Amino acid sequence: MKRFSVRLVIVVAVIAAGALYCIPTFWPEIWPHKKINLGLDLQGGMHLVLAVDTAKAVESAVERSYQDLRELVRKNQIQGVSPERPSPGRILVRVQGRDNIDKFKGVLEKELRELKISTQTPDPDTYVATMELPGAEADQIRKLAVDQALETIRNRIDQFGVSEPDIRRQGDDRILIQLPGIQDTQRAKDLIGRTALLEFKLVDESRDANAALQGSVPAGSEVLYKIDEDPATQRTARTPFLIKKAALLTGASLTDARVQIDSQYGEPYVSIEFDKKGARTFERVTGENVGKRLAIVLDNKVYSAPTIQEKIAGGKARITGRFSMEEARDLAIVLRAGALPAPVMILEERTVGPSLGADSIRMGLISMLVGGSLVLLFMIFYYKLSGLLADFEVLLDLVLIGAGLAAFGGTLTLPGMAGMILTIGMAVDNNVLIYERIREELRLGKTPRGAVDAGFDRATTTIMDANLTTLISAVVLFQFGTGAVKGFAVTLSLGVIASMFTAIVVSRLVFDYILDTRKIQRLSI
Amino acid sequence: MEIIKPGINLDFVGKRNIAFSVSGVLILLSLAALAVFGPKYGIDFAGGSLIQVKFAKAVQISQIKDGLNSLSIENATVQSMGDAKDNEFLIRTDTTTVAAQQLAPQLKQTMEAATQAGVEIRRVETVGPQVGKDLREKALLAIFFSLIFIAIYISGRFEFKWIQSAVVAAGLGGAVYGLFVLGVSMPFIILAALAVTLVLFWLLGLKYALGAVVALIHDVTITVGIMCVLEKEFTVSVIAALLTIIGYSLNDTIIVYDRIRENLRKLVKTPLGTVINRSVNETLSRTILTAGTVFIVVAALLLLGGDIIHDFAFALLIGVVVGTYSSIYVASPIVLAWEERARKR
Repeated sequence: MKRFSVRLVIVVAVIAAGALYCIPTFWPEIWPHKKINLGLDLQGGMHLVLAVDTAKAVESAVERSYQDLRELVRKNQIQGVSPERPSPGRILVRVQGRDNIDKFKGVLEKELRELKISTQTPDPDTYVATMELPGAEADQIRKLAVDQALETIRNRIDQFGVSEPDIRRQGDDRILIQLPGIQDTQRAKDLIGRTALLEFKLVDESRDANAALQGSVPAGSEVLYKIDEDPATQRTARTPFLIKKAALLTGASLTDARVQIDSQYGEPYVSIEFDKKGARTFERVTGENVGKRLAIVLDNKVYSAPTIQEKIAGGKARITGRFSMEEARDLAIVLRAGALPAPVMILEERTVGPSLGADSIRMGLISMLVGGSLVLLFMIFYYKLSGLLADFEVLLDLVLIGAGLAAFGGTLTLPGMAGMILTIGMAVDNNVLIYERIREELRLGKTPRGAVDAGFDRATTTIMDANLTTLISAVVLFQFGTGAVKGFAVTLSLGVIASMFTAIVVSRLVFDYILDTRKIQRLSI
Repeated sequence: MEIIKPGINLDFVGKRNIAFSVSGVLILLSLAALAVFGPKYGIDFAGGSLIQVKFAKAVQISQIKDGLNSLSIENATVQSMGDAKDNEFLIRTDTTTVAAQQLAPQLKQTMEAATQAGVEIRRVETVGPQVGKDLREKALLAIFFSLIFIAIYISGRFEFKWIQSAVVAAGLGGAVYGLFVLGVSMPFIILAALAVTLVLFWLLGLKYALGAVVALIHDVTITVGIMCVLEKEFTVSVIAALLTIIGYSLNDTIIVYDRIRENLRKLVKTPLGTVINRSVNETLSRTILTAGTVFIVVAALLLLGGDIIHDFAFALLIGVVVGTYSSIYVASPIVLAWEERARKR
């Protein structure tokens, strides 16, 4: 008995652990622990891959520097300076006159150190310089943009209320989002994809917006539209506004945004609250511009442009716009969570409805049942009692795969189920190798004991070699695969390992036990 | 019970020229199919959108197309899925991004209007062109790397030439990566790398690895060829199936190799051809049985697993059949062919 006591302990321990880890999935009331996660393709849900448009983040950084530059030139009253933006990433400045050049250079040196001057003319009377953000700085902005986008999207989804979302960075500028069980996918996508850049800007009243559309738009202003949709006819009306480009205040200064109902019209609106600094700025800006119109711009769309009646203290404002309750709620969420530092694009979307997921599970189980039973019956038919042992081991393998998935937090996907089905077919292969070898040794005239020993010894290396190659493929697949396919790689690997263990260790234990305890003349094989 | 009787002695090695011809023709046909028909990429690789819809009552495909046209989605294909009574359809377009982002809800409305039947959108997949390209490259790399790793393993394990094979693999891996960085198109890199691998194995005398890799390339090529001819779609899960074939088809090859190695030690004076033939015969029963059990489960998956898993199961099924054939008729005879060629020189 002693020779297999250690192995017995190991086998019993593995089986017990396997069974234990499967309990939470099937009987959570007994032991509420880690369950087997179902992939989105089985439980339904949405998988998104977003790309953060990091180039835009760099461009807006350049735009901010450009605005700062103009502001500084104005403040310091430097004459003869004409800044331009020939391309989104560059600023071109032309300065006339020596005094002006000296002043300008002084300001540049003191206030705008982040800009790199790439070309400049040596002419003492006219100074022409091209400026851009240095590479390291731009890289930093790109990286920050992705980090910040990730954080913002995580906040939004948390507030939207999805159970167990998975949001992570993928590669340099991509974000992977998995939202299990989500029903209203369109709303979720709108919520995630919205930049939600809230800006307060003055309306440029130097000329009419329609006139500006015809002729030239004054420097420092742009035409933005207010879009109204008639809920009954779904017709949209676009009203142009001439808006000054400089933002007086942005959504970054918000501390809160919540949905309220207008007591007069019963329409929902979003009330926003600024932080201390924002509140002061708002008070100053409204005080300085009484009688002018202040536009509330969200993602370059004008929501409203009321005339400032008086200085507004207290740091509160409201965004109105014929919202439905849902729209107002989502707007409040995105404003609370903050703006995305750059626009995002959906590169990949996979949505599976819950009913399709359930169908997939059902069909997966049916094929497992049918294919599995055929194989199990064949084994009994072909190898008799030894076949029965192999069958028992296959079932044990499935339990171990389930336990492995639960214990390591793996995800069971539809291809993963296919991997389990395949495991049934491949697991018995190991038994076949051993049994064929034992039969061969028996034919050579060996005793059952001798044949079993030789069979296991010789077949073990072959099994190791053969399974290792499958394992290599599975690991490569895991490395290169995406979502659902990774699930296949995982179940296949677990299956290979489990079946090696059961075929080599468990079978040997059972054979040894029977041969040692009974006088066996003929093996049932 | 026994399917293959012990003591069977079929002349596999003697018929190797026939087998080589058959395999050669199949490979050429597969390559021709690949060139003429080309692989039919699923949206994973080609980019585009796929929408699976289920109607509450029977509708005509033309009604769906009308609905799509009113959304100005013109080049869509609509295909019925599963049983006719399911009223389930698969709509594919090459539209991505902007249009597709609003597609599902619009489609639901339009479809309900066009067909007067309740519509359930069961699945939406949209893959942008960039992602598709990335996935194509990743898939090729995956196939290549698993071939290489397996080749190292085989030559290390069977010929104890770990260092040689590791050097070959490291060189190849580096070269592939270098060419990739230089922007050479991936299919050409992989083809070139595979050709170089085979030549190196031949020159270095890594005959078992040579046989195994040839057999694997054989299996993958023929499976891909058949998929092309039958216009089956290449998706990420089909690539998973191909990789599984690579791993699995080798199981049988290794079983035979192991036996050859064992027999070579026992029968020192017997010519290699005889040893190989004997080894193939001795392991024939196992080869057939192990392939048979896998065949059963894969066939069950193909017939009962549903549409989503269909192409995956199909590729696997072909691979199992071709892989079993190549383990018997290709992998070991190549070892012999190398020996004979080496002795002549």
